[in-house]
Amino acid sequence: MTVIDKVAPEGSKAGERTSPRPTFRHKLSRWDVKVSPYLYVAPFFIVFGIVGLFPLLYTAYVSMFKWKAGDDDPQFIGFDNFKELFADSQFWNALTNTVSIFLLSSVPQLIIAVLLAALLGARLRGATGWRVGILLPYAASLVAIGIIFANLFGPKYGLINGVLQTIGLDPVDWQASRFGSHVAIAIMVNWRWTGYNALIVLAAMQAIPKELHEAALIDGAGTWRRFTAVTLPLLKPTLIFVTITSTIGGLQIFTEPKLFDALPGSNNGGSTNQFQTVTLYLYQSAFENYNLGYASAIAWVLFVIIVLIALVNFFLTGRLARTPAVKKK
Amino acid sequence: MTTLQSGLRKSVATLGKPRKATYIVLAIFVLGSLFPFYWSFLVASRDNGMLTERIPPFVPGGNFFANAARVFDTVPFWKALANSVIVSGTVTLTTVLFSSLAGFAFAKLRFKGRNGMFVFIVVTLAVPTQLGIIPLFIAMSELGWAGGLQSVIVPNLVTAFGVFWMRQYTVDALPYELIEAARVDGCSMIRIFWNVCLPAVRPAAAILAMFTFMTSWNDFLWPLVVLDAGNPTVQVALEKLQSGYYVDYSLVLAGTTLATIPILIVFVLLGRQIVAGIMQGAVKG
Repeated sequence: MTVIDKVAPEGSKAGERTSPRPTFRHKLSRWDVKVSPYLYVAPFFIVFGIVGLFPLLYTAYVSMFKWKAGDDDPQFIGFDNFKELFADSQFWNALTNTVSIFLLSSVPQLIIAVLLAALLGARLRGATGWRVGILLPYAASLVAIGIIFANLFGPKYGLINGVLQTIGLDPVDWQASRFGSHVAIAIMVNWRWTGYNALIVLAAMQAIPKELHEAALIDGAGTWRRFTAVTLPLLKPTLIFVTITSTIGGLQIFTEPKLFDALPGSNNGGSTNQFQTVTLYLYQSAFENYNLGYASAIAWVLFVIIVLIALVNFFLTGRLARTPAVKKK
Repeated sequence: MTTLQSGLRKSVATLGKPRKATYIVLAIFVLGSLFPFYWSFLVASRDNGMLTERIPPFVPGGNFFANAARVFDTVPFWKALANSVIVSGTVTLTTVLFSSLAGFAFAKLRFKGRNGMFVFIVVTLAVPTQLGIIPLFIAMSELGWAGGLQSVIVPNLVTAFGVFWMRQYTVDALPYELIEAARVDGCSMIRIFWNVCLPAVRPAAAILAMFTFMTSWNDFLWPLVVLDAGNPTVQVALEKLQSGYYVDYSLVLAGTTLATIPILIVFVLLGRQIVAGIMQGAVKG
C-alpha cells in the first residue's frame, strides 16, 4: 500500500464524524497519496527517456546504417561502420590523443589538488577568500577560456612564447607539435579543474578526525610523515572518486581542442589531426561530413570505453571504502 | 622532561597553523587563476598591435568599449545574451522544481519501485548524455525544433544529479513529524511539498540553482550542434566570433570578457555558498 513513511494510514480529522463509507474527499486524498509520488518522479524519467535512453539505443540503431544527414533512404550495413572504424587510423589517432591529453591533465591535476588542499586546510586567515580565489576558473566559460588560452599559446605572438624567448629559451609551436599541443590543452584543463578538485579533497581532509593527527604527532611524526601516513590513506576513496569523474569528463573532451585550432572553426584538431580527440572526430563525422552512421559507431565505442573504465573504478571504490562524494560536471 | 612535554603540547596546539610560505603559494595560485581573465581584458582594451610586441604592456588601454561595440556589430550579441538568460533561467527553474519534487518523493514518500527507480537514477549519472547528440539532433530536426531555444531547454529540464542531490538533502532536512502534522491538517501532497518541504530544503535548492545556472550558461557542444548562427547562445556567438579566416583578437577577447563578467560577478557575490556547496556535496554524497 502507498502510505507516507511512519504516517498512520488515512486518519480522520480530529473531531470529525467518521462515516462508514469513505467520503469523496477521503477518496481523493487517498488517490493523492497513491499517485503523487509517481507524478513527482515522472519528469526525470520522461526527460531521461527522451534525451538519455532513446538516443543511446537509437545511436546503436543508426550505427548499423550508412546514414547520411538529409538522406531519405539510409542503407542497412550491419557492423560495417564498426569494422571500418577499427581499421580507421584517424580514430586510433584520436583515441591516443584523448588518452594522452587525459593523462597529461589528470595526473598532475590530482597531485596539485591534494597539495593545494593540504595548504587550504591550514587555519588560514580569510579562508573562504582563498577558496573562492582558487575556484574562480571553474566559473569561466569554456569557450572563453579556450579562446584566451589559444591566444596565450599562439605560436607567433603568444605571451607564453614571448616569455620563453625573453628568458632565453626556444619558442614552442604549441599548435603544430603533437606533444606541445597536448601539453597546452592539458594546461587549459588543469587550470579550470584543479581548484575544484582541491576543494573536494579538502572536504574529505576535514572529515579526518583531528585526534589521528594529534596521536601521530605525539608519536613523533613530522608534517610530511603525517601527510603520507594519516592523510593520504584516508583520502583514497575520494581520490578514486575524483579520478573516475575526471576520467569520464576527460574522455569526452571537446571544447578545448576545438577552440585550440589555428584555423578557427575547424574540427580537424590541427593540420595533421595532432590534437583531434574522439569527441571532436565524432562531431566532425556527424556535423561536418554528415556521416551520421559512422559518427554513431564512434559514439558507441566511446560509450563502451567509458562504461568499462567506470566499472573498473566502481569495483575499485567498492573494495576500498564507502565515502561517496559528488561532483558536478 | 617537562620541556619536551611543553614542546609537544605547543606543537599539538599549532597543528594546522599556516606558515608564511603557505600564503605565498596560495597567492601564486590565485594570481594564476585570475591571470587569463586579466589578459583577455588587457587585449580587449587595446588593439591587435599589442600582440606583436615582445613584452606586452601590462596595463589596460582605452579601447575596451570600442571593441565591445564591435562585438555587438559582428554577431547578434544582445540576442545571444537574451537567449542565454532565457535558456539558463528556464532550465534552472525547472531543474530545481522537478528535482525537489522527485527528491521529496524519493526521500519521504513510500511507493512501489522506489528503491529500484532511485538506483536507476544514480546509475544514469554515469551515462554521458553528450554521446547521444546524433539521435537527439535527428529527433529535434524531425520535431522541427532545431534552431529554436526549446531544443536547448527541453533536454535539460531536469537532471539525475539534481534529483540525487535534492533527495540526499531532503532525507535529513525534513522531519516526518512535519509531514504528518500537515497531513493531519488535511494538506494535499502538493501543498505539503510546496509549504513544508520546499522551505526546509531551500539551502540545497539554492546551491543546485547556482550550479545549474552556471552549467547551462557555459554549455557549448549541444547548443553549437542545434542552434544556428542567427539565434545563438552566448557561447555559440563567441565561437562564431572567433571562426573566421583572420582572428581579430581584440574583438574576440572583448567578447569573452563581456561573456565572463556576469558570471564572475555572480561568482564573487555567491562564492562562499558555491564553495560550501561543493564541499558539502563532497562529504555528504
